[in-house]
Amino acid sequence: MGKLLRSALFEVYERYGGTPVEFAGWEMPVEYEGLVPEHNAVRNAAGLFDVSHMGQLTVEGKDAEAFMQYMVSNDVAAAGDHQIQYTHFCRPDGGIVDDFLIYKYNKDRYLLIVNAVNVDKDFAWLNEHKGDFDVKLENLSDQFSAVALQGPKSEEILQQLTDIDLSAMKPFRFQDDVIVNGAKALVSRNGYTGEDGFEIYLGNDDVVALWDKLFEVGKDKGLVPAGLGARDTLRFEANLPLYGNEMADDISPLEASLGFFVKLDKESDFIGKEALKKQKDGGLTRKVMAFELKGKGIARQGAEVVADGKVIGFVTTGYKSPTLGKVLGKAMLDIEYAKIGTPIQIKVRNKTIDAEVVSSKFLG
Amino acid sequence: MKIVEGNLYTKDHEWVKIDGNEAFVGISDHAQHSLGDIVYVELPDVGDEFDKGEAFAVVESTKAASDVYLPVAGKVIEVNEALDDAPELVNEDAFANWIAKIELSGDADTSDLMDAAAYKEFCENE
Repeated sequence: MGKLLRSALFEVYERYGGTPVEFAGWEMPVEYEGLVPEHNAVRNAAGLFDVSHMGQLTVEGKDAEAFMQYMVSNDVAAAGDHQIQYTHFCRPDGGIVDDFLIYKYNKDRYLLIVNAVNVDKDFAWLNEHKGDFDVKLENLSDQFSAVALQGPKSEEILQQLTDIDLSAMKPFRFQDDVIVNGAKALVSRNGYTGEDGFEIYLGNDDVVALWDKLFEVGKDKGLVPAGLGARDTLRFEANLPLYGNEMADDISPLEASLGFFVKLDKESDFIGKEALKKQKDGGLTRKVMAFELKGKGIARQGAEVVADGKVIGFVTTGYKSPTLGKVLGKAMLDIEYAKIGTPIQIKVRNKTIDAEVVSSKFLG
Repeated sequence: MKIVEGNLYTKDHEWVKIDGNEAFVGISDHAQHSLGDIVYVELPDVGDEFDKGEAFAVVESTKAASDVYLPVAGKVIEVNEALDDAPELVNEDAFANWIAKIELSGDADTSDLMDAAAYKEFCENE
């Protein structure tokens, strides 16, 4: 294994009680005080995450819109300037290369925030398909750090460090060249927790000062440092998928129950369009669904799902939900079982535990 | 961190309290603390026999599932059924809330186990 990457915030982890572990090629903390208290703080007050591991790729040029339309399954033209859109790169067979957010400056300029584990793959994928499109592609991942401030108190906390009126910023919008704690930053209103919140992208030299300052002004509002563990339980409860769990290069966005983000009716052709159309017309053979465990135990990623004496799927994510206290999960299920109310069973070690397919809107 | 005198400890943070040819086993306070909120304990069945060092139970926190290894060879003669409904008891008191009571298979091999003082030092240096 190669040398692990460290974010510019590496030195703060220990100061704030976190122990870094290996994650997606990075050394980052899974938790500080503890996963569950951090999870609850984000639901009830605020939490601060280092998200510097996420990749930043840019697409610019006079063919940028046409190129993006060809590369992604969502309709880039439908997004307004300074709007953020969720989408996928798909393979020709419909499998997912990555899922990510497009920050659209205007039709000629896009910033892609991609999964840490896929940065190199995505950048290569863009370059591989560039062809005659007049676009400039850049991987700026090394040049930026980022923090995610998440939770109902986020606006109140961040407002103390910037002059722009955050209450005027709508969800899934961003603003560039914002001065935050005296440094130039890009601020967006979004996150990966199901709560209100902001992501702040800024230079590597400015991020430690911002982190410390956020705690200075946010501590009495309940702000806590939060690690990758809480990031995963929070996104899971909020019905947000994770690449490598609900998505993979042999899983299509339709199978991942993300068809809403696939615009098969957009005019432009895009990589995977034909395969996805065929999949939709022919009917899916499997689909990611949510389940609740009825018996005792925890069903984690990779566990087999069985019904009628045969294997009918696999668990993609599973937790005892800190917010709801129920044991919940997501699983890829054969289509005949992908219906709410269907009884299924999960194999955990040498036990078979009863479960039921439920709505994925866990938090209502 | 709490460490109970009289117990013996493993490098994997299990404890065993031997009394004659029987013993109680559980995980240490250090272990419950690093696991975080415990949400499930998979108990062995009474009558199951395990070798020394064999996984006999699983403790699951929100983060992860961790095997619990038997510090000495033996046969399970009782399990702490309270943990089935209230696994968080292990967080509250990891020493009072043993996982299993075992009957030792012959003379217990305790040569690699640590006493309280040695375990304290082990934890501090880990």
